[in-house]
Amino acid sequence: MNDKGISPTRAIHKYELKGGYYVVDPCSGSVHVADKQAYDLLDKVTPARFEHYEGVKEAGSACLAEDKEHSSVCPESEQGGCYAELRELYKAGLLFAEDECEKYAETSIDAPLKALCLHVSHDCNLRCRYCFAKEVLCNEGIHSPQSEHDNYAKEVLCNEGIHSPQSEHDSFAEDNVSDHTAMSPETAIAAIDFLVAHSGERTELEADFFGGEPLMAWDTVTAAVAYARANEQSWGKRFRFTITTNGLLLDDEKIAYINAEMTNCVMSLDGRRSVNDIMRPTANGKGSFDVVVPKFRKLIKTRTKEGFTDHYIRGTFTAFNLDFAEDVIELARLGFRNISLEPVTCTNEADYAITNEHIPQIYEQYDKLFMFLTGCEHSQEVNGLDSKGINFFHFNVDLTGGACVIRRLRGCGAGNEYLAVAPNGDCYPCHRFVGNSAYNMGSVSKTLSLNIKEYFSKTHIYSKSDCSECWARFYCSGGCNASSYDCYGDCRRTDSQSVECLMMKKRLECAIALAAMRLNVANEVCDS
Amino acid sequence: MNNQNQHIKTVTGKSLKETAEKGGCGKCRASCQSACKTSCTVANQPCER
Repeated sequence: MNDKGISPTRAIHKYELKGGYYVVDPCSGSVHVADKQAYDLLDKVTPARFEHYEGVKEAGSACLAEDKEHSSVCPESEQGGCYAELRELYKAGLLFAEDECEKYAETSIDAPLKALCLHVSHDCNLRCRYCFAKEVLCNEGIHSPQSEHDNYAKEVLCNEGIHSPQSEHDSFAEDNVSDHTAMSPETAIAAIDFLVAHSGERTELEADFFGGEPLMAWDTVTAAVAYARANEQSWGKRFRFTITTNGLLLDDEKIAYINAEMTNCVMSLDGRRSVNDIMRPTANGKGSFDVVVPKFRKLIKTRTKEGFTDHYIRGTFTAFNLDFAEDVIELARLGFRNISLEPVTCTNEADYAITNEHIPQIYEQYDKLFMFLTGCEHSQEVNGLDSKGINFFHFNVDLTGGACVIRRLRGCGAGNEYLAVAPNGDCYPCHRFVGNSAYNMGSVSKTLSLNIKEYFSKTHIYSKSDCSECWARFYCSGGCNASSYDCYGDCRRTDSQSVECLMMKKRLECAIALAAMRLNVANEVCDS
Repeated sequence: MNNQNQHIKTVTGKSLKETAEKGGCGKCRASCQSACKTSCTVANQPCER
């Protein structure tokens, strides 16, 4: 019980954001927008008081008797209407709802496979600085994962003992990609067969072409797609493909192919030219911004096929650009509408690492982005740019039709419904475990380790250390298992005060507030 | 939910536990929660049933 006598599992979360007052009831999944009076009154009401006192006067008197410090609890009759509204929500199960979802925690143990991440190339033609952090981490045996999608080939190599990490992590002139392994077309086709064979009755299957840089194994990509397309009807399946690219090798032919076959395309770019080129140099140490931006623009401009329009510009922010809202705005200014900007994850030793001391600045940036996107809702001109329809990936939340609770309990499904396949065909729970022999789950040409699959199927918000009482648990689903493993050596250990959790909760607050605005509820309350 | 309230208005009264009754079909897209791909919250994912 907390200091108000409310079980932490049914506690609400309320917050103020730029003049709006928001209330999240985690277990019902409901969200409310309050005025200041209701917002303040929520500090003083409890399920017990709602149960016992129909009116505000009785509740206030009871509170006064219980605790003189709470003498302001519902004291006046003018709060009666406010109290009644809150009590009505409580009675409807939309405030202080009980957590009744734990019984579904192990319903997906036998879930069939539905998605593969295919590491078609561990080679990469960029030399991103993020990559060197992994060398240090691997070298010191502390942790490994780096969060930049193009570059964890190094991590893989470290895990496999192939690569000798360098200690000069910021010497990016050096060739840091010595693993040039590519997946053969035959292995990719075997992976498609493997996915189909383990997919049970599921009809919607996914394969994600990843790397390194997947365009460096283009023949493998096209062979896998052609094989799946040629057979999906007879299998009774439908494939959705995604590719993640740094863009350097894009040409007209590849753009046309991606736009015809990939239901989603993720393009890597960090934002402003100066920010991008410091962190994402080419092999000869030059910036990549001017090379890739025109190609990305061309891809998006011609990405019009129905069902194949999804795409994101995906960047990384680090301690070097803690004003990262400017990078989002710059990406919007460049004409990109679907934007994702992710925090770098690495050890605190890296000079670009994001640490707890940066949290206030990061919150400011998310607030700035919230205001920017709020403006986009109402105007086509924000900061001198055409801002209509800008979609910031991290502020997206589907409040009315999102994923079912069974999905929310364990999130991505890594190791259970979703696996990564290394170039040699070995399977791992996800891309971040590739090369970690302890998590080798077999091979696409052999059998699947059911022990590891079962472990991941039972890794959910109720089995994670800091999640079961967190207000955000049904939104973030306990976060990334690989991040927990990398930080603590345990997929089931979480820390609600970690940088990752703090940022996640802040993003969710912004996302929920933005969703309320889009539904026009926040405006109604503000106007009333 | 009646949104004639003066002090608190409901954006969504979605009941999570009700989604369990017909949930778990697996038709929704896979998502990655790791920042090294493109992390997202599962709440961001639409139900495709």
